Amino acid sequence: MKIAPLDRKLLRDLLAMKGQALAIAMVVAAGVAMYVMYLSTFDSLYRTRDAYYEQQRFGDVFASLKRAPQRVADQIAAIPDVSAVETRVVSNVTLDLDGLDEPASGRLVSVPADRRPRVDDLFLRRGRWIERGRSDEVMASEGFMVANKLELGARVPAVLNGRLRRLIIVGVALSPEFVYSIRPGELVPDDKRFAIFWMDEQAVAAAFDMEGGFNDVVLKIAPGASIDEVIARVDHILEPYGGFGAIPRALQLSHWTVQNELSQLQTFGFMLPLVFMTVAAFILNVALTRALALQRPQIAALKALGYDNASIGWHYLKWALAIGLAGVVIGVVLGMMMGHMIIGVYNTFFRFPVLLFSVPMGVVGGATVMTGVAATAGAFTAVRRAVSLPPAEAMRPEVPARYRQSLFETPFVSRNLGTAGRMVLRNVTRHPLRAAASVFGIAFAVSILMIGFVFNDAIDRLMLTQFWDAERQDVTVNFIEPRDESVRYALERLPGVVAVEPQRTVAARIRSGFRDRYLSVTGVPPNPRFKRIVDRDGREIRMPPSGVVLSLTLANVLRVRPGDDIDLEVLEGQRPTRRVQVTGLVDDIMGLSAYMDLTALHQMMREGEVANGALLLIDHAQEAQLASKLKTTPAVAGAGFKRAVLQSFRDVMAANMSVSIVINLIFAGIIAFGVVYNAARVSLSERSRELASLRVLGFTRAEISLILMGELALLTLVALPVGGVFGYSLSAAIVGMIDSEVYRFPLYVSRQAVALSFLGIIAAAIFSGLVVRRQLDHLDLVAVLKIRE
Amino acid sequence: MAADPLFTITDLAKVYHMGEVEVHALKQVSLRLDEGQFVVLLGPSGSGKSTLLNIIGGLDVPTSGEVRYRDMILTRADEAELTAYRRRHVGFVFQFYNLIPSLTAVENVALVTDISETPMHPDDALRLVNLGERQNHFPAQLSGGEQQRVAIARAIAKRPSVLLCDEPTGALDISTGIVVLEALARVNSEMGTTTVVITHNAAIAAMADRVIRLGDGRVTSVEDRTEAKLSPRDLTW
Repeated sequence: MKIAPLDRKLLRDLLAMKGQALAIAMVVAAGVAMYVMYLSTFDSLYRTRDAYYEQQRFGDVFASLKRAPQRVADQIAAIPDVSAVETRVVSNVTLDLDGLDEPASGRLVSVPADRRPRVDDLFLRRGRWIERGRSDEVMASEGFMVANKLELGARVPAVLNGRLRRLIIVGVALSPEFVYSIRPGELVPDDKRFAIFWMDEQAVAAAFDMEGGFNDVVLKIAPGASIDEVIARVDHILEPYGGFGAIPRALQLSHWTVQNELSQLQTFGFMLPLVFMTVAAFILNVALTRALALQRPQIAALKALGYDNASIGWHYLKWALAIGLAGVVIGVVLGMMMGHMIIGVYNTFFRFPVLLFSVPMGVVGGATVMTGVAATAGAFTAVRRAVSLPPAEAMRPEVPARYRQSLFETPFVSRNLGTAGRMVLRNVTRHPLRAAASVFGIAFAVSILMIGFVFNDAIDRLMLTQFWDAERQDVTVNFIEPRDESVRYALERLPGVVAVEPQRTVAARIRSGFRDRYLSVTGVPPNPRFKRIVDRDGREIRMPPSGVVLSLTLANVLRVRPGDDIDLEVLEGQRPTRRVQVTGLVDDIMGLSAYMDLTALHQMMREGEVANGALLLIDHAQEAQLASKLKTTPAVAGAGFKRAVLQSFRDVMAANMSVSIVINLIFAGIIAFGVVYNAARVSLSERSRELASLRVLGFTRAEISLILMGELALLTLVALPVGGVFGYSLSAAIVGMIDSEVYRFPLYVSRQAVALSFLGIIAAAIFSGLVVRRQLDHLDLVAVLKIRE
Repeated sequence: MAADPLFTITDLAKVYHMGEVEVHALKQVSLRLDEGQFVVLLGPSGSGKSTLLNIIGGLDVPTSGEVRYRDMILTRADEAELTAYRRRHVGFVFQFYNLIPSLTAVENVALVTDISETPMHPDDALRLVNLGERQNHFPAQLSGGEQQRVAIARAIAKRPSVLLCDEPTGALDISTGIVVLEALARVNSEMGTTTVVITHNAAIAAMADRVIRLGDGRVTSVEDRTEAKLSPRDLTW
């Protein structure tokens, strides 16, 4: 294949500047890697999810209720646009596992023994389906089996409706309903302590006194049907049976979590590469401007030979595109490796039958186009300026640089600045735009590193606020049914219990106009000792004596503010509906919460001093005995031990955060190195003659290094505080984007985060300075001085 | 029989602005260059020789005046027309060669043959300047004289109507300079290419058909030589 002379020139010129080209290509590669990683992961997760839902007939509407007879299912099936209905009996159970001191919990879901569920079918990984009439056989969730290293045939003691049973696991299954399974109040899945069990529907009904009835229903609706209409009809049918309110798939917790993850992948997949591409375009512009200045005689020759501006422009644009292409190739490979890692992490808490990573051609195409645009943008002004020079002017040497005393040279500064300092300052101020571009590039690097550290701190802070400021108890106990508050005395007698605070929560629907949410309203005593209303900065909010205090996020969803009224429809007991005033908001960290004064809540429920849970402070030395006792207490539906929750959270987050910080460090380092190295190479190229002249005059290598490195040091030092500001702003922006109904990150930028970021970038800058210094040491004095100006 | 005029230049003037300084490089220059002539432009440094050459070659535009190339009024041509003019009709040779350093000798010549309508083969152009065996060397591997001969080969490979040479021997020693001048003389005699050579070395005038002297931006004399042209070997300076 014959290669045109200009293309040969392109390849050889690129080889001659391979250091700079590689540094720029690496910045491009970092951006492409992020793009490929996030968007391919998005695609893999999206397609896997959709295929899984389709195959297993994942429901569109979910409703739970107290109890309804089976014939009600026919009424639901008769709703227009409902294409399939499956009724179930669902309940929580407590498990007593060997090797675990504290009780684990499980969700027990009934399934037919003689057919597959019409909606929310299971994926049977191993073993067999449960047999009809067997009240001890279950299929268990795969995550639970793996985390507890259980095999088929294992027996698990479980308390079903107050009665202890030894359940045999005959099959390992997955369900689209539990792709992400998490206990309420926890931040991350804990497969060790939380199981999903599927049991023969007749056996479950018998265990929970539900024969001939159901307390849970899932539906599929026809494509294009109105979900809201179907939900309204389902609620209407189930209301007499204690319906808790139907929810669409969009609000189903597992689906919602996966959907949220997909949104974040998409957001990051566009935002972060944009930052990298912008920096790459900046440094490409600086590098190319200098390279083209050096090519002036060649550009003149090409014009003299009859090459038009378009051909010459295209030739130099190809420089930028070639560097971009190298970045794309490296970036796609990097992105694929990182994507595999992320999918590996996903496989630990998203349970799909198969979650594989693949890179769609569209993503590679998108990365290529994005890089092409960035490379063109970076090259455009440099190429246009070089090419539009009239040929005769291109043949003349460049107009000598005009230096002047810079604005910073006040008398004081002039007196104290040596020759080297003067040269450094004047060279930087001679090209203010270029200096600004370098400063911005390094500042971006600082901000990327800072974001990593800030999020590490944010997660620690979130834990602190949630588990030390808001919830100070060691153990949270939930009862099967509400009890009189005097149950506290029975709890106080349990081993290790130091203090008890009864808790009352009621399930309710909060509505303002047509906007609503289903949640628990928590009764707050006058001086809460354990569970307090705390904002994301750890400040306590006092509960007003009347009205309701809402999470700020909830208030935003409902579009209400203090002073507005909302409708509270209680979904249990006598199901009262009240109009209450919003008397306060709390910008809290987790979930959607609503708080009422405890006495006011009891009055609204027309009940005495009743509790459906208790918060315990314990002596940790006796934690194991307490756990053992709670496991076998029939009235206890579940018990959460803070120590275990925190441990599980730390285990999951620690691994993720350290990987994430290392990636941030590498990428920030790539940017910092790329920017500083290019600035240094350009400077060296422009000033090799004067630096060589200084060497001829007798200056040492160290002294001329000071002049070159001094410039880089000045740019880096100026960039650090700018980077700090960028980092803060970017962190605030990302925190704002992550804010959701499930959790909100506190924005907390520690001195440590800032210091570590600065140190990291200074290290990268020093490293690239040292690399360039080696080239300075090899300056060929004679050759440089001979070059015609 | 009078040769046909190739260039007709009327009242040409050029003013440069270099930073804060104004330079009147050409002042009211009028002259004629005929087909097939070997023309030497003589003058001291700063006399306007290079400026005149650049304007004739379509690399620069005058401040006022007219330049006609055959039927084409160069001074009214736009950027695209000037590029096309250079591509088809003009070959340039510069004092410092202006070769592309990352291309070999034959690749430098191929730069031109690739965009010409009726080019020579690059090998033939290099053979014409006696560099056939060095064609795969980079400029850094060639002597000054060899580099200049590559530049000449590159200039003539497109079979231009005019060859414009700005101080072609300025950076070379005497014996190398003679070799380069021989190459130019051969091109002029064998290909019939009108050749214009700028120099400050008056001895070279002896190989010219016409000698034009410039001083301070003006034409001070035009001499059509009647005695026989000397071959470059016979020049002394």
